[in-house]
Amino acid sequence: MNALRRIDSLREGDELPVREFRPDEIQLFLYNAALWNAHRIHFDHPYATRVEGHPGLVIAGPLLGDWLTQCAVEWLGESGRLISFEYSNRRLSYIGEILRSTGRVLSIDHDKSEAVLSLAILNQAGEVTTPGTAVVRLERA
Amino acid sequence: MGTTLDPGLLARIGSSSPPQTEVVTRRDIRKYAIATGQRLRKYLDGDEAPPTFHVALFWPVVPLDELSPDGVAFDRLFPEVAGKRPLAGGLKLEFHRPIRPGDVLTSTRTLTDIYEKQGSSGPLIFIEVVMEVVNASREPVLTEKTTRILK
Repeated sequence: MNALRRIDSLREGDELPVREFRPDEIQLFLYNAALWNAHRIHFDHPYATRVEGHPGLVIAGPLLGDWLTQCAVEWLGESGRLISFEYSNRRLSYIGEILRSTGRVLSIDHDKSEAVLSLAILNQAGEVTTPGTAVVRLERA
Repeated sequence: MGTTLDPGLLARIGSSSPPQTEVVTRRDIRKYAIATGQRLRKYLDGDEAPPTFHVALFWPVVPLDELSPDGVAFDRLFPEVAGKRPLAGGLKLEFHRPIRPGDVLTSTRTLTDIYEKQGSSGPLIFIEVVMEVVNASREPVLTEKTTRILK
């Protein structure tokens, strides 16, 4: 576990740890099973490619959003909590791609003891597939 | 702004889905945590739900004949607009309380806004749906705003 972070020790531009994701068919299946999501583009390869014209099985958009929250909460540890979070799915990703999550401290509000984090999932081409932001509240010094 | 939007469409603003009540179990949290690749012990052990666990908790459970041929449940709250197709939208969440096993949570979804913006290749219609999640004591747990864009 990380050492506790304090609002006064944060600096704008601080980088959050990068994490690499290599989602496979099993993880995508279990994710959609946990949701009860039967959308065929996530498990039926012939349908996804021949009928809908995708190059492969589509990684579920909310899973990418979840990974952004993990980027924030793992960095935060027990130092504080997530206040709000937003993201959008801008570009599709497919099984076989290697993705990574990144984040940095965008701004700090010392009065509220809050920080805004800029988050993103990037693909191997370096394109942002899923941008997001999170507001976190930390303990004071 | 908004002058081309059909009054019948705008009349849908304010409509809600019936409230949905679900019980949070440790097993469901653990399944969600493992499937999403969580690494924090509290999530993997199911002591607390990861931030977007509510996506799984409130996913519609409908009879097979209410799924479309591509496996998707028809969402009655989001209106369809002839000649328009949905683009990727966005999601905004506000977290009020942690979710733990044994919680009995109720969500209510309301269509809160429909508006139009000019995109680079024509008008875009934005549809906003807000989901409010409360616990058994009616205390706020989570607010989710989904924006769907029709092109």
